Amino acid sequence: MSRLITCEHVDFGYENQDAVTDLTMEVEEGDYLCIVGENGSGKSTLIKGLLGLLKPTGGTLVVEEELKKTGIGYLPQQTAAQRDFPATVYEVVISGCLSRRGYRPFYSSQEKAVAQANMERLGIADLRRRCYRELSGGQQQRVLIARALCATNRLLILDEPVTGLDPWAIQDFYHLVRDLNRKEHVAILMVTHDVAGVVDQAGKILHLKQHVLFYGTTKEYKRSQAGRLFLGGEA
Amino acid sequence: MGLILEMLSYPFLVRALLGGVLVSLCASLLGVSLVLKRYSMIGDGLSHVSFGSLSIALALGWSPLKVSVPVVILAAFFLLRITGNGKLKSDAAIAMISASALAIGIVATSLTTGMTTDVSSYMFGSILAMSPSDVRLSAGLSVVVLGLFLFCYHKIFAVTFDESFAKATGVSVSLYNVLIAVLTAVTIVLGMRMMGAMLISSLIIFPALTSMRIFKSFRGVVWSSGILSVVCFCIGMAASYKYSTPAGATVVLVNLAAFLLFGGVNIIQRLAGPGRTTDRRGSS
Repeated sequence: MSRLITCEHVDFGYENQDAVTDLTMEVEEGDYLCIVGENGSGKSTLIKGLLGLLKPTGGTLVVEEELKKTGIGYLPQQTAAQRDFPATVYEVVISGCLSRRGYRPFYSSQEKAVAQANMERLGIADLRRRCYRELSGGQQQRVLIARALCATNRLLILDEPVTGLDPWAIQDFYHLVRDLNRKEHVAILMVTHDVAGVVDQAGKILHLKQHVLFYGTTKEYKRSQAGRLFLGGEA
Repeated sequence: MGLILEMLSYPFLVRALLGGVLVSLCASLLGVSLVLKRYSMIGDGLSHVSFGSLSIALALGWSPLKVSVPVVILAAFFLLRITGNGKLKSDAAIAMISASALAIGIVATSLTTGMTTDVSSYMFGSILAMSPSDVRLSAGLSVVVLGLFLFCYHKIFAVTFDESFAKATGVSVSLYNVLIAVLTAVTIVLGMRMMGAMLISSLIIFPALTSMRIFKSFRGVVWSSGILSVVCFCIGMAASYKYSTPAGATVVLVNLAAFLLFGGVNIIQRLAGPGRTTDRRGSS
């Protein structure tokens, strides 16, 4: 088991104001870690930090060398502009191969094969010529996951992935992520509001409220003070 | 055919056609990225700033291009920052800057030469405005823009479609944003005197919007915008010659006609092919 990401007493923040303080955690190969917390608890800031878009203001953050090179597979929150973007599924998926490409202007046949394989893996190969904006929310998420997997097979970071999906698509999405994690050993780091939906499949939980309220396995979380409050006292 | 040959016998018309085709091509390609990123207002803002700086250059007796290009590039940086920040109400801020630049230009002109035909031709364009050096500059600009779209096509796609993902995979998003803004600034300064400050932004916005009615891939939209802009410009120029209408306004009207045509085709396509609508449940 190798460490993909290690944080030791890390602080992240903007302009002298830390949004996340004293965070210690690690992501190992094949992990399934959920980051939960209320709005403004620093979840998005943490993601930015892990992706390298924000420098830590304190502590040490170590990202494995190979991941640094390929970039992390990232599923951002969708923006309004994307909903009517003219692009085919294939164009979106293969754009995940960008980081492998360096300064070559065109994609190689190997990268095309990676894109095709990832579309098949997510069951969207028959949609490859379809327009992204015409797909359902669930299908769009599959396209974006395929794109992220083109960047790397080892770690996916998902930022509020189920926002705006209907309940059926949410269940489908969780299945998909669990399969990727269990069958293909892709490490998952998911930020979500929907704690109740993921608590049964996540391996570890990180509960944030500027600082760490809880960090540990899901079982422990259900018994903990923070977990019981957040899950509505059902456990 | 005879009409075209007749037009080509005037050197100033040949220059206008050549320069205009190159500028429209650049504007339409850059426009695809700007429109899709919801930055269309930047084009409009820059054209007004360009008018202001041109009037001041004229009032002071300086070379118009040498003043305008740097000023408009600076404005492009500034507008990009405003839009990228998200804190200010960016559309309102751009509207404010546009109006102020226009007002500065008008006051500067009326204090010196008075409101002459020069001002009117800057506002609404003049076919005589393309000088040989403008044509050379447009050619240089098109080489840069076409080169950018040829060699960095996939990066432009990534940056346009999803900035956060592109950043996460190590593309320097801000570099591409700045590059596109600077090229847009130069395009606007070059095209403005022919098309008019009020009308130049249509060259940026129309081809992309029109193409998006029909084409469903990014590649299709880019190709279609490029071709459409050149075709519309040529038709507009021919019509403006034949009916003695102002060139800029005629080109815009041809672009509008193309937009309506593509919109109509899109509606017919949708009515004709209901079987191709999206299956909401997907194929999983």
